[in-house]
Amino acid sequence: MPAVRIPPTLRAEVGGQREIEASGSTVAEVLEDLVGRYPPLAAQLLRDGELGGFVNVYVGGEDVRTLDGLDTPVRAGDQIILLPAMAGGGD
Amino acid sequence: MASYRELLAQVKAEIEEISSIEAHERLRSGEAPLFVDVREADEWEEGHIPGAIYTGRGRLEQRIEGLVPDKSRPLVVYCSAGSRSAFATKVLEELGYESVVNLAGGFSDWKRNGFEVTIPRVLTPGQRARYSRHLLIPEVGEDGQQRLLDARVLLVGAGGLGSPASLYLAAAGVGTLGIVDADVVDESNLQRQVVHSTDRLGEPKVLSAKRTLEALNPDVSVVPFQERLTSENVERILADGWDVIVDGADNFPTRYLVNDASVWHGIPVVHGSIFRFEGQVTVFSPGVGPCYRCLFPQPPPPELAPSCAEGGVLGVLPGIIGSIQANEALKLVLDRGSSLAGRLLLFDALGTTLDEVTVRRDPGCPVCGESPTITDYVDYVEFCNAPAGLG
Repeated sequence: MPAVRIPPTLRAEVGGQREIEASGSTVAEVLEDLVGRYPPLAAQLLRDGELGGFVNVYVGGEDVRTLDGLDTPVRAGDQIILLPAMAGGGD
Repeated sequence: MASYRELLAQVKAEIEEISSIEAHERLRSGEAPLFVDVREADEWEEGHIPGAIYTGRGRLEQRIEGLVPDKSRPLVVYCSAGSRSAFATKVLEELGYESVVNLAGGFSDWKRNGFEVTIPRVLTPGQRARYSRHLLIPEVGEDGQQRLLDARVLLVGAGGLGSPASLYLAAAGVGTLGIVDADVVDESNLQRQVVHSTDRLGEPKVLSAKRTLEALNPDVSVVPFQERLTSENVERILADGWDVIVDGADNFPTRYLVNDASVWHGIPVVHGSIFRFEGQVTVFSPGVGPCYRCLFPQPPPPELAPSCAEGGVLGVLPGIIGSIQANEALKLVLDRGSSLAGRLLLFDALGTTLDEVTVRRDPGCPVCGESPTITDYVDYVEFCNAPAGLG
């Protein structure tokens, strides 16, 4: 199963976990699995069923927008990184 | 055994000499000879013939073949009065240089004729001591240190990221640091904002930082901008001319404003952001790599964008990310190494892991893409408050 790295801004929604094993053979299926288990994630990641412009998903270090978007295939052992924009500069 | 005078006369009889006037004519001709200065380093530093190369008499034999591999190249050798260079001329002939002449009367006669002189820019003895560890690194050296001293870096934010970044840039001898920040030093800042201190509570951050940085290094001049960067003042602040921007802002409107301004002005931005235990750092290099809008086309809705003030931050984290920003800024100024352009580093202080993802230029980017749709400053506060998807 692919491992999904959860950024600190989203950890409250997943009970503080830093990495979650998820099932699915595409990015869409992996996100569907995550959102099914942790429904508050939906608002953090998706807009009208599409990935929000303020969050990036990387498979193997590449932004899925430069691959096949939500249809990008994922394989067992792939590392998936969820990356929402953060603006903090330590005030 | 010959005396010095006899030896000098003997050497001078064996070599060819030219006058300053003739040497000056040759310098201005299409086939200028190479002037070789064999005086002491302190004499060279006070001024030399334009285009001359320097190698002290003491190491002439050792160094000349590295400096001038082509032994058929015409050389004019000079010292201050023409005596030391007479011996140097003789030695160069013995080393096989085919066309070597001595400058009669030396540099003194050259100056007496009113011919042009180049005064090399050199570090003072104090600077040599201060930057000695830089001077030892081939990638920096004296030329690199001069570049740093001439450089102008603008820091957006004198907070968590700006503190370590500005301290290291000042220590490195970046000659001019602009700092933009409207805030005053608050007690809750001191857990991480190491450029400030307890006795600065209530003082404007830009003035507190100026005191610290100029005390750390008197070569540094800090230009304070005690204001929040906005669409109204950004052109005035950038008009001063900056080589690199270090973005340590604490909000999305400023991030997008810095991005758009930097793209339009062609200034690279070293971007850092932090939250709790995690930091992101990259370089946006206009025309070369992606911009912030290529990375994040839209800001998150405000309720999904907690700041450090709301969510907290481990005190040392900005120290790590801000130091990486300083490292990137120094490399951009020195034009050395590989920058983080096109790569985003993700540092997790809790697991002590460093991940890297690729950031590509978006040809459809509204600011740096092929057909830009945003060509002037917008209302960035409104842009960041708009519901995501409509922004």
